[in-house]
Amino acid sequence: MYLNQFLLLAAFLFCVGVYGVLARKNGVLVLMSVELILNAVNVNLVAFGAFHNTVVGQVFALFVIAIAAAEVGVGLAIVLLIYRNKQSIDLSEVDLMKG
Amino acid sequence: MLAQNVIFGAIALAMAAAALRVVTTKNIVHAALYLVVVLAGVAALYILLAAEFTAVVQVLVYIGAIVVLFLFGIMLTRAPIGITSDLDNNQRGLALVVSLFLFGVLGAVLNDAYGSTKLASDNVIQKSADVGNSIFQDYVIPFEVISILLLAALIGAVVIARRD
Repeated sequence: MYLNQFLLLAAFLFCVGVYGVLARKNGVLVLMSVELILNAVNVNLVAFGAFHNTVVGQVFALFVIAIAAAEVGVGLAIVLLIYRNKQSIDLSEVDLMKG
Repeated sequence: MLAQNVIFGAIALAMAAAALRVVTTKNIVHAALYLVVVLAGVAALYILLAAEFTAVVQVLVYIGAIVVLFLFGIMLTRAPIGITSDLDNNQRGLALVVSLFLFGVLGAVLNDAYGSTKLASDNVIQKSADVGNSIFQDYVIPFEVISILLLAALIGAVVIARRD
């Protein structure tokens, strides 16, 4: 197995996630795309850990997983608050700070 | 060696198709279910890289907890269940250009840097005990910081979402 096949797959996942963040306007779907991005990073970390034959890559991936869990919790709370105040989670309507 | 590559190809194809469906499907519940396929594929990649503990944590935390949280979020915000055309904003073309450009740059750089780098064929299984030792010896302070972060996120989520 080449190292690059994992890195390229992770790069593809990352770019799909970036597209989702930019093109979706439903708040929950944007959070799902952020999860795609975080998973792509985790694949990179574990692949490089296996390449260098060390567990440090896995340890960092575990830290990223913990932070992703915290991010989803707070993110969904914010989305719920937006829904309660605007009766919709259309992110293109959240433009209070637009100049 | 060949079997590993065949398995990798199957996983990669399934993951790529499911990831594309996550960001293009018109049904928001289906997006969450396609996300499960991607997350399970990532767990399978971890197994392929002999990282067993991380694979189990991936299944437990992501598929077990985060996807369920997403489904709760979909229900609580009364998102339209079923096909709706109102999930994308009007900058899809621009987003497509940005992500294709990013993939081109990343792919070129990766090919340049790691084009012929091979993983060791006798991939040593990284034991859970070694992962635990590493976390609780070398990375114990980051571990404690993560604990504080999770506590802060827990309290923050309750405070933000509370009805008062």
